[in-house]
Amino acid sequence: MPKMVVEARIVRNTEIGVNVKELVLYAPEIAAQAVPGQFLHVRVADSYYPLLRRPLSISSADRIAGTVSTIYRVVGQGTACLAALSSKDSVDCMGPLGNGFVIHGQRPLLVGGGMGLAPLLFLAGALCPRPTEILMGGRTKEEMFWADMFHNKCDAIHITTDDGTLGSCGVTLDLLPEVLKSGAFDVIYTCGPRIMMEGVAKVAKTYNIPCQVSLEEYMACGIGGCLSCTCAGQDGLRKKVCTDGPVFWAQEVMS
Amino acid sequence: MSIGDSDMLGVTIAGIKMKTPVMTASGTFGFGLEYKDFVNLNKIGAVVVKGTTLLPRSGNQGRRIAETPAGMLNSIGLENPGVDEFLSTILPRLKDYDVPVIVNISGNTVEEYGELAARLNVADVAGVELNISCPNVKEGGIAFGTNCNSASAVVKQVKSNTDLPVIVKLSPNVTDIVAMAQSVEDAGADAISLINTLLGMSIDIYKWRPVLGNVVGGLSGPAVKPIAVRMVWQVARAVKVPVIGMGGIVTAEDAIEFMLAGASAVAVGTANFINPCAAHSVADGMKDYIKQRGLSHVNELIGKVNL
Ligand SMILES: Cc1cc2nc3c(=O)[nH]c(=O)nc-3n(C[C@H](O)[C@H](O)[C@H](O)COP(=O)(O)OP(=O)(O)OC[C@H]3O[C@@H](n4cnc5c(N)ncnc54)[C@H](O)[C@@H]3O)c2cc1C
Ligand SMILES: Cc1cc2nc3c(=O)[nH]c(=O)nc-3n(C[C@H](O)[C@H](O)[C@H](O)COP(=O)(O)O)c2cc1C
Ligand code: FES
Repeated sequence: MPKMVVEARIVRNTEIGVNVKELVLYAPEIAAQAVPGQFLHVRVADSYYPLLRRPLSISSADRIAGTVSTIYRVVGQGTACLAALSSKDSVDCMGPLGNGFVIHGQRPLLVGGGMGLAPLLFLAGALCPRPTEILMGGRTKEEMFWADMFHNKCDAIHITTDDGTLGSCGVTLDLLPEVLKSGAFDVIYTCGPRIMMEGVAKVAKTYNIPCQVSLEEYMACGIGGCLSCTCAGQDGLRKKVCTDGPVFWAQEVMS
Repeated sequence: MSIGDSDMLGVTIAGIKMKTPVMTASGTFGFGLEYKDFVNLNKIGAVVVKGTTLLPRSGNQGRRIAETPAGMLNSIGLENPGVDEFLSTILPRLKDYDVPVIVNISGNTVEEYGELAARLNVADVAGVELNISCPNVKEGGIAFGTNCNSASAVVKQVKSNTDLPVIVKLSPNVTDIVAMAQSVEDAGADAISLINTLLGMSIDIYKWRPVLGNVVGGLSGPAVKPIAVRMVWQVARAVKVPVIGMGGIVTAEDAIEFMLAGASAVAVGTANFINPCAAHSVADGMKDYIKQRGLSHVNELIGKVNL
């Protein structure tokens, strides 16, 4: 499927959590093709600093309205530039880039942490009508505005917070075995911090459940041309996170 | 592209016929195919493919890029599938396009450069570019690129192993760029390209650690342009072979500056990451400029800076 670069009008760019915003872009060509797990590569400012594009996962696509969205945390200069834009503006946006999740099985479990929940939101919608459950983790209650967003997409939502202010106290990995015992899951999709995904992949392996992970790497081109983003594959070959991924079967990139 | 365009922009560099003077810089445009959704490869002056070595290389560990003011550092470490894989699976796919393919090569020894050139001496390769200037790997040629005698030895070895035009890519990490240029010209270089990246470093002040896994990396992008223009100007007036200018070109105006400094062609690198159609926009802008200035051909710009 062809990738595109478009000048996308901003429909809205609104705060949905502390330092977290949802950007909705009018980009019908991208919306028509986007699948969960793919990302946008956004020129956050027409400037030389920041210079490079910023990769952001697609958190939803509405083919009828012609919009694609992304949910991002303001962490540095580039995302701060993006946060300053409003619906009068437009942004130069490449997409949809990368390979998405492979829809597999009948009883999916999603495991997400932090901003890794953004692509899982798009995925949860696409998995309907399969009975889908999600295990999500964050530092504290304020970060868990996500629960409301998954509410009408998942049959059950399991929550952990580091400080125990919402759900069970701890991290997703602590609760994972319990969640797995509660249902006959036949596929796991995970996105979040690398440590979490590695842990999830390990548990999935012991339970013999196929698992897909969505990796994050520093990227320049986003389309396979610069080799900034490669990681070691289990087959001994390098994998480009931008074009071979960002979604991989766990055994392709983790031991 | 209409006939008129190539009439105005077409150039021949070291015998390589190009529809525009705008090439893509090695390592920033993959093997060209990665960009095919965004650009018409047939409209690019020449595609210079990623640095290729005799054996496959997996590149450097850890974080490979860092953004810096108006530029970026990279330490890819010459990851590439090796020359055999290039010849057997990548080159055949490039045959579908009507664009000169120039292969950028790197060796550990003089003999390796020669061996690479010999294997690439095939019909579908338009030329080789000797990377004697990669700052990112010990063997990446920088040792050859900072010493006139060894640079000259590499060029001679390659020339005796190929019938193809040989472009030598110079490192800016030297004290006397003109001396380097003259040595490679004397050794038989058919063209000279410059600049490769400038050795740089970034430190994370919260972790007190280098940002790049490789500690140091090569600086590219708009930040390096004035250095590149200066070096192209110095080299172009000191050698007879054509000079291919690069370093920070994003717009047609940037490219025109290089031509006025003495470049006969240019390459866009980092700009491909910002705008995947950069090679087209630069060429289109050059054409507009030529028309506006009442000129008939891009060649009329070469070295025309008035001192
Ligand atoms: C495939 C993919 C999908 C992503 N999806 C999301 C998402 O949905 N929501 C979200 O909030 N973030 C997401 N990220 C991370 C996001 O790209 C970074 O947070 C963002 O680039 C930071 O830019 P900055 O200028 O604000 O930060 P700075 O730290 O100032 O950025 C400096 C440089 O580092 C890069 N960078 C910094 N952090 C990261 C990171 N974690 N991953 C990759 N590059 C980084 C920047 O792109 C920039 O080139 C994703 C990353 C990837 C690779
Ligand atoms: C990510 C990256 C990879 C590169 N790889 C190579 C390479 O393999 N061989 C080479 O000769 N130059 C390589 N270069 C250097 C470029 O070809 C070019 O000389 C340099 O980046 C300056 O141009 P620019 O400022 O337009 O990018 C690389 C540059 C970048 C940014
Ligand atoms: S970001 Fe350039 S190859 Fe992946």
